[in-house]
Amino acid sequence: MTNAKDEILSRIRAALGSDAGSAAAGPAGSAGSAGSTAAPTVVPREYRSAGEHAPGSDVVLELLVDRLEDYKAHVHRTTAAGLPGVLAQVLAERSAERQEIGSSDYRSPDILPTTHAPRRAVVVPHGLDASWLSALDDADVRTDSRDAPLSAAELDEIDAVVTAARVAVAETGTIVLDGEPDQGRRAISLVPDVHVCVVRTDQVVQTVPEAVRLLGAEPGRPLTWISGPSATSDIELERVEGVHGPRTLHVVLVS
Amino acid sequence: MSTFLGMPAARDSRGSGPDAAPGTLSGVGRPEDPLHWGASFPDAAKAALDNGQLRRNLGKATSTIRTKRARVVGEVPDWEALRDAGSAVKTDVMARLPELLEELERNVTARGGVVHWARDAAEANRIVADLVRAKETDEVVKVKSMATQEIGLNEALAEEGIAAVETDLAELIVQLADDMPSHILVPAIHRNRTEIRDIFLERMADAPPDLTDVPRELAMAARAHLRRKFLSAKVAISGANFAVADTGTLVVVESEGNGRMCLTMPETLITVMGIEKLIPTFDDLEVFLQLLPRSSTGERMNPYTSMWTGVTPGDGPQEFHLVLLDNGRTKVLADEAGRAALHCIRCSACLNVCPVYERVGGHAYGSVYPGPIGAILTPQLTGEKSDLPYASTLCGACYEVCPVKIDIPSILVELRAREVALSGASPETADRVWKAAMKAASFAMADGARFRRAARVPRLLRAISRNGVIRRLPFPGSLWTRSRDLPEPPKQTFHDWWDAREDGR
Repeated sequence: MTNAKDEILSRIRAALGSDAGSAAAGPAGSAGSAGSTAAPTVVPREYRSAGEHAPGSDVVLELLVDRLEDYKAHVHRTTAAGLPGVLAQVLAERSAERQEIGSSDYRSPDILPTTHAPRRAVVVPHGLDASWLSALDDADVRTDSRDAPLSAAELDEIDAVVTAARVAVAETGTIVLDGEPDQGRRAISLVPDVHVCVVRTDQVVQTVPEAVRLLGAEPGRPLTWISGPSATSDIELERVEGVHGPRTLHVVLVS
Repeated sequence: MSTFLGMPAARDSRGSGPDAAPGTLSGVGRPEDPLHWGASFPDAAKAALDNGQLRRNLGKATSTIRTKRARVVGEVPDWEALRDAGSAVKTDVMARLPELLEELERNVTARGGVVHWARDAAEANRIVADLVRAKETDEVVKVKSMATQEIGLNEALAEEGIAAVETDLAELIVQLADDMPSHILVPAIHRNRTEIRDIFLERMADAPPDLTDVPRELAMAARAHLRRKFLSAKVAISGANFAVADTGTLVVVESEGNGRMCLTMPETLITVMGIEKLIPTFDDLEVFLQLLPRSSTGERMNPYTSMWTGVTPGDGPQEFHLVLLDNGRTKVLADEAGRAALHCIRCSACLNVCPVYERVGGHAYGSVYPGPIGAILTPQLTGEKSDLPYASTLCGACYEVCPVKIDIPSILVELRAREVALSGASPETADRVWKAAMKAASFAMADGARFRRAARVPRLLRAISRNGVIRRLPFPGSLWTRSRDLPEPPKQTFHDWWDAREDGR
């Protein structure tokens, strides 16, 4: 029996006939070069490669806020100096909500059936700017890193996560994390129920192609594109926000 | 050559049909062949059309998604340019498939992944089962994936004693009900909330006993049910929306976070992907990440998109396997006229605009790939004789919404022509009859009195009609009635009616 790879590749070459002549005959380096009868496909790229507005401009920021709110994310705007206060307030309000609900009713959008007591813990990636958390007084802050990761069970007991971001796309209301030390392992922004994501205004681009180009500089990083909280429309197409991923997304825009 | 544009009459059935009426808990069952199950399309369509509830559900669902899609596509000033680019990128991928696949393999391997090649469903299932067994686990979590449905992976794993848990909400509903998906994007579209509550109550051990049918509560019950599995699973299985040849990056687009859970939490990740899912460069994502969400869910962007390249030490699965699947794709590729079906990015926009799909639903197609794209892809993948190319009015709406501009109507016509060539009735016969009929019509129409007499002839057919419909005519009329019913001719010709009216004045 020939091996599957060789057979599939030879089936493809046979299927393409003369189109793939060069790819079949030549070594990898010369594939698609002279000898092929097929003209190379020219990809027309008439689409917008960038928006008409500069990254971080007012129009772009307003667009991002509009899109994020449309997908039920909570948006806060502040300055670098105001950031610790905003983070402290968002997390404190969250904590108060938990105290208030207090039960383990699975119907509550904010409580898991497994919850026994309100959880106050916050996880942050080890590379997060420590000054951001300087206004948090009584929260239980845990640090996670690739070298010293929290277990899945530990993360499941943590209520909120605070991360930075790599880039945001205004037109689609998207934030992208790339796993660098200020954003952390993918698991920490997934398991906790609340994600507080800090985005600098100069990280906000208008269009998807601008973001892809930026991310393309380091394409090997694990990337997570986030557009609002998790959601499903699987039951009679009625949108339910908050399924397996964080059920609440706060975006703090820092200028 | 004339092309037969009708739909064949109901003929040999393939066993029991997808006729489990909504309202009953259990679905249509898991078929042996996910690309070919249930009754023939004409039979299944007829049964579906008799189901008023199903038609109402489908009508509401498809029109809702259509409206959402139209709104967000309308927002994009360069939509047509994106479609042109998407189409050309896919054409380029098919022309360079061998070199791009090898490039992908090199890059995935360089980043610590392991690439496997599978000629068919059995080989892919074998590879996955062996990988799971090596991890000494009997339960895996799964991200919704068309490729794994196509190869019947869950059933194959079950035979080996491995439970594959579907984690997408709709797929979970379908799996619990022992059903088949009826839509690529919203697989449980044929189920209403009450049925879903009943399915959960009966089939989900940890469902709260006082569960209501409010969608939020149902979703939260599913969240609770799956959470433990996500946090403890050793192995996850996914498909892929895209694979980037020049970086080895895999992409999964989703909404609920079940995808992120599967792609992030387990130690081992196995991804099964059709060989056509490639794109050449990372930058090409800028085209497809705009085309896919807007075409599919009608959102500007889906909630979550995950991209990973091999293994990232300390973050996510530390073992990654990529299974590259042929399973008939090279057969499709060999067909110059139908090859473009491989450009499909599984958005399902064509289902939502199709007047046939909207009325008969996904099960009637008897394949995991329903709707217009299923009507061209399924018969090409299987290489079997099929009714599916007739499951269309050729209205062209599918082509208009296709984000990668697959000319589905033209491919349907081509496939129909081949069906005719294969079947007994030769196109030459049809052609001769057509010419004779035209000649006769021309003779009759050339003279008023002659036409008046000729027009009265069809009245005789009233004798053989039942309930206003004639189902079968002798040759040459059979050329028509083997594909469609003929309405009962009126009692009176227009001429006679006109004369009577004049006389009455």
